[in-house]
Amino acid sequence: MSQSVSTSLDLPVLRDMAREVRLDILDATTRAGSGHPSSSWSAVEIVLTLFFGGVLRYRSKDPDWPERDRFIMSKGHAAPLLYAVLAHAGYFDRSELNRLREVDSPVQGHPIQGMMPGVEATTGSLGQGLSVGLGHILGGRLNDLDYRVYVLLGDGECEAGQVWEAAMAAAHFKAGNLIAILDYNKYQETGPISREMALEPLVEKWRSFGWHVTEADGHDFASLLTRLSEAQAVSDQPSIIIAHTVKGKGVSFVEKDFTFHGRALNPQQAALAREEIDHVTW
Amino acid sequence: MSLGNEAGLKAYKAPLRNVFGEALLAVATDNPRVVVLDGDLGNSTKAETVRNTFPERFFNLGIAESNLVGVGAGLAACGFIPWITSFSSFLLCNAYDQIRLAIAMSNINAKVLGSHGGITLGKDGPTQMGIEDFALVGGLPTFVMLVPSDPASMHAAVRAATEYIGPVWLRSSRVSLPEIYPMNACPFEIGKANTVRQGDDLTIIACGIMVAAALDAAALLAREGIGARVVDMHTLRPMDIDAIAAAARETGAIVTAEEHLLTGGMGSNIARIVAMHHPVPMRFVGLADTYTDSGDPDDLLRKYGLTAADIAQAAREAYATKRRLDNGRAG
Repeated sequence: MSQSVSTSLDLPVLRDMAREVRLDILDATTRAGSGHPSSSWSAVEIVLTLFFGGVLRYRSKDPDWPERDRFIMSKGHAAPLLYAVLAHAGYFDRSELNRLREVDSPVQGHPIQGMMPGVEATTGSLGQGLSVGLGHILGGRLNDLDYRVYVLLGDGECEAGQVWEAAMAAAHFKAGNLIAILDYNKYQETGPISREMALEPLVEKWRSFGWHVTEADGHDFASLLTRLSEAQAVSDQPSIIIAHTVKGKGVSFVEKDFTFHGRALNPQQAALAREEIDHVTW
Repeated sequence: MSLGNEAGLKAYKAPLRNVFGEALLAVATDNPRVVVLDGDLGNSTKAETVRNTFPERFFNLGIAESNLVGVGAGLAACGFIPWITSFSSFLLCNAYDQIRLAIAMSNINAKVLGSHGGITLGKDGPTQMGIEDFALVGGLPTFVMLVPSDPASMHAAVRAATEYIGPVWLRSSRVSLPEIYPMNACPFEIGKANTVRQGDDLTIIACGIMVAAALDAAALLAREGIGARVVDMHTLRPMDIDAIAAAARETGAIVTAEEHLLTGGMGSNIARIVAMHHPVPMRFVGLADTYTDSGDPDDLLRKYGLTAADIAQAAREAYATKRRLDNGRAG
């Protein structure tokens, strides 16, 4: 059986790490002059809980270890977050983050499988990660390995038909080792989701597709870990944790302005953002 | 179908898709890493051969091609060799983006079977036909593209695709094709075209079902004293530049023949290579910018100009142009 998660969270360490990762995302996207900092900031605690909350089994110096748990960043525009956490986890040096979106850099604008260790799937065209994750589950069964696959989905991404194709198939194959986390920050590229597309009722949709569904506070490590632990205990159906988050979390003027979705902060805004992230009080 | 009659080719009873099913079962038997993914058409593509023998390595993902491709990519990442199978039109047109990111851009070891290529699936009509597959897979730069022309080359192509490490797309057909190669004796090296008939006056470069038609055309031309070389371009990428350049240099005129749209097809890529290496007169047999109708395959091939007679006529024109140019130079 897969090991269960540790029940003790070192909250001060995780919070400090969240601060550093937010700054990494800020620095990398500001330097690049483009990218999706606000979409990355909303999922910082989710990805950190997986990598540093004792959830994922991984060996950063042996990234292809067959027994590893998989993490697939299906919302590929949160690439700066993925790269920052992988660097903190020891997959590669943090200095690589300085080359985000540059020519000849393996740190591409969106993740490309095979270019950086720890990147499990090529994503960026939304809707694709859950299917790849299900493939890893079926492969694990054939290889007699019981690793788990964690897929981070965007909320707007759930408008894509492929997500529901994969959802139907994962339930059909009783993929108990498949755990999706939905970064429900309530905004997509052009506006509030409630205005742009009738995504709700999400809990009922996933449940009707045969999934085990829970909700979490996506910025609360303890809440996330509790839900992940519950999901790990489910063996005969896939699980999804709908994590309620705030887009741009950590920088007040970004939280209030969804037009930051696909753009970096300019140097002046970045200086203000750094100030806020450094003095985080939430 | 009367394909191969003029050339004296031996008919083969089983349709090419059935041969694919046999070939797939053969590689699955030899290699336990081979897995098969089906978009609920295994009884048509004949991928079901593996379902019947190795059910644990066969996955029907239903009528959901996008998910089908993504799941295949995940299995490839686990060290398996997935054969992702469906009609060419459904796979490429429904799941092009997934094939692009999860297979082509990720450069993973997955195989894609596009069954029912071309117009010879016949009576089901243009919604099911794959007349744009060369162009679409052409837009996926890491993919090897294979188009077998007969039963022996289908067996060889499936084996070569499975052994090759990287993305491969393979076209299959609904119809029966005559034997061009002896069974188990088809020379098949990815990227190396096969010259299946010698000739010095011009070269017909064909793929898939059009190879047999090209051999028929060569037999018709021989009666007129025109010696046509016939090249089976079974690999559309990487394309055999040497064979094309040699054909241009040695025979001085080229006709291409494909069961595909001319726009974005094999012929246009060959023309680019000919223009760069040794420009000679060319003619192109294929589908003009049109969708076809439902109908008997032979009727469709006749209506849309894909018969041996059409190839022979194109060859006469190319040859006449070559002669005119040669005479001009001589004069």
